[in-house]
Amino acid sequence: MKARDRLLLAHGSGGRLTHELIAGTFLPALDNPYLSLLSDAAVLPELPPGRPALTTDAFVVDPPCFPGGDLGYLSVCGTVNDLAMAGARPLWLTWALILEEGIEGDLLRTCTAGTARAAAQAEVQVVAGDTKVVPRGKGDRIYAVTAGLGVVPPGREVGDHRVRPGDAVIISGPLGDHGATIMACRHGLTSDDLGSDCAPLGALVEKLFAAGIEVHSLHDPTRGGVLTVCNEVAERSGLRLVLEERALPVRPQVRAVSDLLGLEPLSLACEGRFLAWVAPHQAELALEVLRPHPEGCQAALIGRVEERGQGEVPVVLKTEVGGLRPLDLLSGSDLPRIC
Amino acid sequence: MKDLYRDPRAVAGLLAEISAAAAGLGRGATSARLVRGATFMEGCGTHTHAVAAAGLRRMLPSNVRLISGPGCPVCVTPVDYLDRALALASRPDILVLTFGDLMRVPSSTLSLEQARAAGANIEVVYSPRDALARARLLPSVQVIFLAVGFETTVPTIAAALAEAEQIGLDNFLILPGNKVMPPPMAALLDDPELGVDGFLLPGHVSVITGWHAFNFLAEEYAASGAVVGFTPSDVLRGVVGLLGNLNSGRPGVENFYGRAVTSDGNRTARKVVERFFEPVDAVWRGFGLIPGSGLGLRSQWSDRDAATIGVDLPPPAEPPACRCGEILRGKIDPPECPLFAAACRPENPVGACMVSSEGTCAAWYRHERWTGDRR
Repeated sequence: MKARDRLLLAHGSGGRLTHELIAGTFLPALDNPYLSLLSDAAVLPELPPGRPALTTDAFVVDPPCFPGGDLGYLSVCGTVNDLAMAGARPLWLTWALILEEGIEGDLLRTCTAGTARAAAQAEVQVVAGDTKVVPRGKGDRIYAVTAGLGVVPPGREVGDHRVRPGDAVIISGPLGDHGATIMACRHGLTSDDLGSDCAPLGALVEKLFAAGIEVHSLHDPTRGGVLTVCNEVAERSGLRLVLEERALPVRPQVRAVSDLLGLEPLSLACEGRFLAWVAPHQAELALEVLRPHPEGCQAALIGRVEERGQGEVPVVLKTEVGGLRPLDLLSGSDLPRIC
Repeated sequence: MKDLYRDPRAVAGLLAEISAAAAGLGRGATSARLVRGATFMEGCGTHTHAVAAAGLRRMLPSNVRLISGPGCPVCVTPVDYLDRALALASRPDILVLTFGDLMRVPSSTLSLEQARAAGANIEVVYSPRDALARARLLPSVQVIFLAVGFETTVPTIAAALAEAEQIGLDNFLILPGNKVMPPPMAALLDDPELGVDGFLLPGHVSVITGWHAFNFLAEEYAASGAVVGFTPSDVLRGVVGLLGNLNSGRPGVENFYGRAVTSDGNRTARKVVERFFEPVDAVWRGFGLIPGSGLGLRSQWSDRDAATIGVDLPPPAEPPACRCGEILRGKIDPPECPLFAAACRPENPVGACMVSSEGTCAAWYRHERWTGDRR
């Protein structure tokens, strides 16, 4: 597709234009021996030892290009991070696109380049893809759907069933950068120092395991933020989470956007952070392992797990001023308030 | 810079003052009720939110109670306003734009959110200026902004109307639904059964009106009011002030938000409002009609008044078991409503008090259900 060209319905028809699109845009960026065969399915080598892990994800972010990333970059990060949160080492991804007739070639190239960059950073390969083009008005520029395959090394067991009273809750970096950036974009609030935190987390997670940290559970606080993840873990484990508002790392620019738009950093999505539930005696060591790395330099201990009694609230925030506030799941989307 | 107004030590100091003042309640007071404790009403939804966010309610001594009043603009919007908005939104030549928290308010039929999912022309905007921008982009569509909110919000709506006039944008209209705060407070105080000992007064409304607009509380009703801001320290400072009024037996209205609120307020804002709006009688959900409590468009702006557009309205249907009215008037607490936390929840609100996160029931549901909890 030439520069400034727009995508036509014919690009999705399977004919000559589709082949041009694949050969001209996707293959050069995502080049690897599996994808370049362009067979109906990628036949992969034997998996390394351990249990296979499989995840799927869909990406509809609006706007598709934002400070700190794009839909393509996000689609790879989101997928590999899901695998990393299960304790798996990500290996191979699929990447299917639903494109709207009329989008500019530059948008597609940007997202494809983003995908390639993230795949290189995460050391994974995109081994299968698909492209559909829907008529103008039947989509929103670009949607991506992925699947990711990885392997959980032998002897590793990560999950909410392992969370215990006393566990430390650690976050790898400041809350809400991605969500705040997206909301700011949508409302025309731009700032040089506000960008998405979108990043692959596999390498950082592996550092914890390599240091012998007893990691009980991992989650990346994407849609719904830290608040939602904590409620889910509390629900599944039957335990109670107590978070310290004073300990939550929030960048001033994220705080500013949140205040302006009536949002809560605790409920804003992060796309390059994880929450880890680790054995209590290793909390400090976990922070020492994470902090030397750029993606983990602001890692913080933000709470603890406790027993939960009958009728007690599952997630509680000790507020900055010494109060206690239950952190309920959001009901519906975060609606901006009138005044 | 450290936030002085959220400093835990300052807050602890204020709480100590409150405890001391609360211990003195009832001694020398004429009201037997005060022996049991003091009840203060916050007349502003943002105060409800701020108190809940900091967990302040449970930090107060057990004989000092904060209850929420009718200061939640979403909660007091009557059913027929929403019915009219829905009827307008179902017309192909109309686009209805609204503040977000109106989306889940139940009407006689669907909420705006449900209607949008079913194809009605409704979108959420952050401000009236966003609505103006949409009107410019869609010249063949009548763009109607749902004008809801109190004195803080009205100037921005008036300013949008002024801009529409200036640029000759004929397709920008509003559906008037704005209300003003003093009349419902007077209505509350006219009720001899009202158990409220003082008011935390809306800080941002006061920025516009000036705090002298609330002097009537003391002059006509011998009640006390404290104009406060929205940080924990601000709110607690107001509680200290109100307890002081009670203990001294001297009602008064005081401004504790001097860094933003003056006695006379923002005259420029009020002038813009007066150009377009005039006081009208208005229905408040849970209260019924309160004379002079709403703002309607002056007759020369009838072209911009979406209420003049003829639509078929369903017979207004308030849910029968809903007790929002008593909640808004501080008569009962949410758990006393049979629907609370059962049929009426934030995800499925029956009454308006549950819809907005500032509504008494929503705030209670989220923050007060501590059955068996430890402090």
